[in-house]
Amino acid sequence: MDKKYGVYICTGCGIGDALDIKDLCGVPEEEGLPVQTHPFLCGKEGIDLIKKDMKEKGINTMVIGACSRRVNFDVFKFDGCIVERVNLREQVVWSHPRSVYPALTEDQKGSSEHCDRVQMLAEDYIKMGMARVEKVKLPEAYKLDSFTRKILVIGGGITGMSSALDAAAAGYEVTIVEKESTLGGYAKKVRKQLPVDAPFQNLISPVVGDKIRAVEAEPKITVKTNTLVARIAGEPGNFNVTLKKPGEKIEFDVPFPLPAEMKVDENGKEYEKDKLVELYKEYNVGKTDILQFDPNGEKFGAVILAAGWRPDNIEGDAYAHLGVGTIPDVVTNSQFEEIAAKGKIKRPSDGKEAKNVVFIQSPGKDDDSDFNYCGAVTSLVSLKQAKYVREDYADGKAYVIYQHMRTPGLQENFYKAVQQDEGIFLTKGTIASVSKNGGGLIVEADNTLLGEKIQIKADMVVLAAGMVPETKFDPVVNLAYRQGPGFRDNALFDQYADSNFICFPYETQRTGIYAAGCVRRSMTMEESMEDAAGAALKAIQCIESSSRGVSVHPRSGDMTFPDFFFQRCTQCKRCTEECPFGALDDDEKGTPKPNPSRCRRCGTCMGACPERIIGFADYNIDSIGSQVKAIRVPSEDDYDEPPFRILGLVCENDAYPAIDIAGMNKLSFSADVRLIPVRCLGSVNVIWIKDALAQGMDGVFLLGCKHGDDYQCHFVKGSELADIRMKKIGDALASLALEEERVTQFQVAIDEYDKIPEIINKFVEEVEALGPNPFKGF
Amino acid sequence: MTTDNAAPASGSILVVGGGISGLTATLEAAEVGYEVFLVEKNPYLGGRVSQLNQYFPKLCPPSCGLEINFRRIKDNPKVKVFTLAEVEKVSGTPGNYDVTIKLNPRFVNENCTACGACAEACQAEIANEFNFGMDRIKAAYLPHNMAFPTRYTISSQIKGTEDAQRCQEACKYDAIDFNMEPKSLTLKVGSVIWATGWEPYDATRIDNLGFGQYQNIITNMMMERLAATNGPTKGKILRPSDNKEPESIAFVQCAGSRDENHLPYCSYICCMASLKQATYVRERYPDAKIYIFYIDLRTPGNRYEKFYKKIKEDRNIFLIKGKVAEVNEEAGTGNITVVAENAVTGDKVKQTVDMVVLATGMQPSAANSKLPADLKYTEDGFILNDFSKGGMFAAGCANKPADVVSSNQNATGMALKAIQTLVKR
Repeated sequence: MDKKYGVYICTGCGIGDALDIKDLCGVPEEEGLPVQTHPFLCGKEGIDLIKKDMKEKGINTMVIGACSRRVNFDVFKFDGCIVERVNLREQVVWSHPRSVYPALTEDQKGSSEHCDRVQMLAEDYIKMGMARVEKVKLPEAYKLDSFTRKILVIGGGITGMSSALDAAAAGYEVTIVEKESTLGGYAKKVRKQLPVDAPFQNLISPVVGDKIRAVEAEPKITVKTNTLVARIAGEPGNFNVTLKKPGEKIEFDVPFPLPAEMKVDENGKEYEKDKLVELYKEYNVGKTDILQFDPNGEKFGAVILAAGWRPDNIEGDAYAHLGVGTIPDVVTNSQFEEIAAKGKIKRPSDGKEAKNVVFIQSPGKDDDSDFNYCGAVTSLVSLKQAKYVREDYADGKAYVIYQHMRTPGLQENFYKAVQQDEGIFLTKGTIASVSKNGGGLIVEADNTLLGEKIQIKADMVVLAAGMVPETKFDPVVNLAYRQGPGFRDNALFDQYADSNFICFPYETQRTGIYAAGCVRRSMTMEESMEDAAGAALKAIQCIESSSRGVSVHPRSGDMTFPDFFFQRCTQCKRCTEECPFGALDDDEKGTPKPNPSRCRRCGTCMGACPERIIGFADYNIDSIGSQVKAIRVPSEDDYDEPPFRILGLVCENDAYPAIDIAGMNKLSFSADVRLIPVRCLGSVNVIWIKDALAQGMDGVFLLGCKHGDDYQCHFVKGSELADIRMKKIGDALASLALEEERVTQFQVAIDEYDKIPEIINKFVEEVEALGPNPFKGF
Repeated sequence: MTTDNAAPASGSILVVGGGISGLTATLEAAEVGYEVFLVEKNPYLGGRVSQLNQYFPKLCPPSCGLEINFRRIKDNPKVKVFTLAEVEKVSGTPGNYDVTIKLNPRFVNENCTACGACAEACQAEIANEFNFGMDRIKAAYLPHNMAFPTRYTISSQIKGTEDAQRCQEACKYDAIDFNMEPKSLTLKVGSVIWATGWEPYDATRIDNLGFGQYQNIITNMMMERLAATNGPTKGKILRPSDNKEPESIAFVQCAGSRDENHLPYCSYICCMASLKQATYVRERYPDAKIYIFYIDLRTPGNRYEKFYKKIKEDRNIFLIKGKVAEVNEEAGTGNITVVAENAVTGDKVKQTVDMVVLATGMQPSAANSKLPADLKYTEDGFILNDFSKGGMFAAGCANKPADVVSSNQNATGMALKAIQTLVKR
């Protein structure tokens, strides 16, 4: 693209009143760029002015000095043009009112005693905008060489089958792999199912049979039972999947990374690189490397993980008072379901009819927690199974002892229906003990709604064991990714396959792989079926996005992707290791292999790369670096007391909007700060910070999302990685004889706009206390 | 390309309601490649969640996720948004609906730059609905500072008054137009997603809980606004009668919910909401005492249970199993005495506090006014989905009481159901 530049400055919304527009126009004019002003640039006349320039002068690269890019996003969009929005309104004039920063009088202008900080701010921002457009290119979408729309569903239970049917109904071909010999999963083992429709009162026959028949009748669905995923290689739109039979050992079984304890010698020191490679090979003997292509692999566009759950084992001292392991007639809910599915409920110990059954929902003792991995579903299952007792025996009695009856939403109706059953006795209570009593059992409970200790004679006791996600035991997806076969940081999510469960529930940290059903959280079958539809949508969406060569969430539609200048790669592997989504696989030497459709375009690789060889068409080391260099750093040659210059690299997702809102609320902060939005703090390369300091800027701060267990980073790891990099920067600063306090990182949430002035001003004061950067003026 | 047998994107989807469920359904469908019309009755998108201070259990601001969703809308030409819009009529069959939409006047046109000059000039004030009437705003206003679209709105109340003139004179961009009339517009769509959301149950109808009678009894949604930085008190939690910082607060669970006289179902979110709001209070007032009266604490699943565990460890939070029977105002102080029976001990509990929060339940918007389409409802006004018929689907709290997690999950699934209807066509 042959760039033809144009600079447009809006003088409306107070911009023209606060700034010397003539001087501001001088900035582009000095560099020979045409500049136009308009009092209402976003209005029809203003837009026509730009469009006329496009048509008549061929302008295709514009710097628009007006309001924030968060507003008027549609009016300042020009197809085929590079557009940089310079935020003169929210982040210059609104946040730096003349009442706080008075303009200079004619006398003061040109003197070395006075400077107009707001004018300087605006001029710098225009210059920075000009610098950026010079360095960026229009992105072109990445097209995969080979592409398929087929979907792989892992797990043939109620969730997997529902996903497959939903995807097929939208026109997509699906293959279900199921490790057992038949479809149906746990749903096939139940006697009855909780209500799935209004009025949510009565148990229904399992729907699983209908689902199996529907799957078998659907020509778009292929079912492979007795099948596991040995490895998934490749990327969305072009996954190459190796399947195998359970128990088989094959060369395309995915290699596992070395466990941490094997990476170190007896003294705890990490082995050399070569030794690690050797150990890794030994550890994975018989398996081919992740980059080895399986010529017989099947191609898929996206994956739905519906691997389900396992009933939790209730064992150990903590549960000894419940008779676990010592009394055979104390069983878990899933064991009870198995008994009930076979026919009339009989005791395991002697086959005697179990007419009196106690359902225990919470282990008791001093705690009102449910068993681990429980949910609303386990409360509901207790009620369901209580109904079984009543179905089987007219004189049967079921006792449900709970701490909190968890039947949220419309499931309350089922709870109420169960309450109407005279043979079902429900009470809050703390279980004290379960013991043998002759041929039967006796359950003691305290703190009940009867206000006293109660004893119940029972034939059987059923414990509401939780549902443990399959991903706790096994990666299941077996990704041939350098970062390992499973999901990352699953411990943070109690081993559920999840990463952003409130706002964007299907996102995992692996692009193109969407979890559904009980691998995400404990769910009823009704919820699982609904969840399956959502996961199917996400899989389809990912396939369609990959086909268009654009990113999926959260930078949906972004056409850029990371480009590597491999000649200069030193094989340090940092990009591969730090990518929050495992998008990169390095080869034996350590050279990264990009998989663009796995990438979420956060730029963490670019931030990590010490050789600075990674960049995006419109966002790269040079584009930001040039903006930093465009900042004018006044020295004593210019002013008696030159103003400080501080660089702020701000996360565009949350921090940047917060600063805008601060501006909108006319909250003022230091005018000596220059802000540059970044895709994510993870994309911040320390070179920008070093360059800023080397050119005499006095301090640098990063402003981004909260990290840690309740992280708010949209790219999961970005702000955390930036924090680690900032902590390490001290050495580099020391070598420049600069104080490490000159560089820092702050966490801010999008709604903490009221804290922006305090955060920024406090840092400015701290830097001022350190004194000016000694490099200033060199 | 090795295979290319998916149905081509054709036909459009209408999403009614721009709250979190509607936004999710819209974006998830649009990012597959379908054209989506999003119709919202308020002047802004975001619905109920935009009024929340934080989400449970992460205690993160909803505006964070909303901002990303708004950006997805901005970047996606397939999404067409209508605010201040209502669906008047839907006729037709799955795959082929004719929809009439009424666009209500904003009195501000697309020239608006959101500079705020009209609000500065306007003298008349109106009750701030966004803050449940706890404060007043200018009759020319931005509904809240994260509002999307970022465009002012003018109340019809000042039409023809001097204030109207003041606003018009203040606007340099010719953006104010009092001649705007309601307009009708028709759309042809293949499927419809009803994401019409919920209303807080009208707490004045719960006679024994004193809302509307005693000033220092508020609802949980009002509490969200009090805690929000962009709320009426800029995030300070103050009791309404005298702006005192409360030293003690009682939360009354199931205010309307699980009650045959009001809402027979459980409203799903109120337990977690009150535990979350307890953290708002504890963060601001380290010595404040909090009393939570409940029937059951519904914090199901590992994540919610973990959150509840943390709350239990707080020695200033008292959890009492018992339904509140009555509330009384103490003469002179404005304090409220809450009377309940402890379900376990059987003792009558009387607790006097500075302020009471009613954990008011959710009522589907369709409970009070049926939607102009051939839909089936439960007795309580939740829309029933008929997947075998297809065409129209309810998502989120229009379909059942749900938290944000489940609403997003459900709305994503309903986006696919809507697409299936188009494909089958």
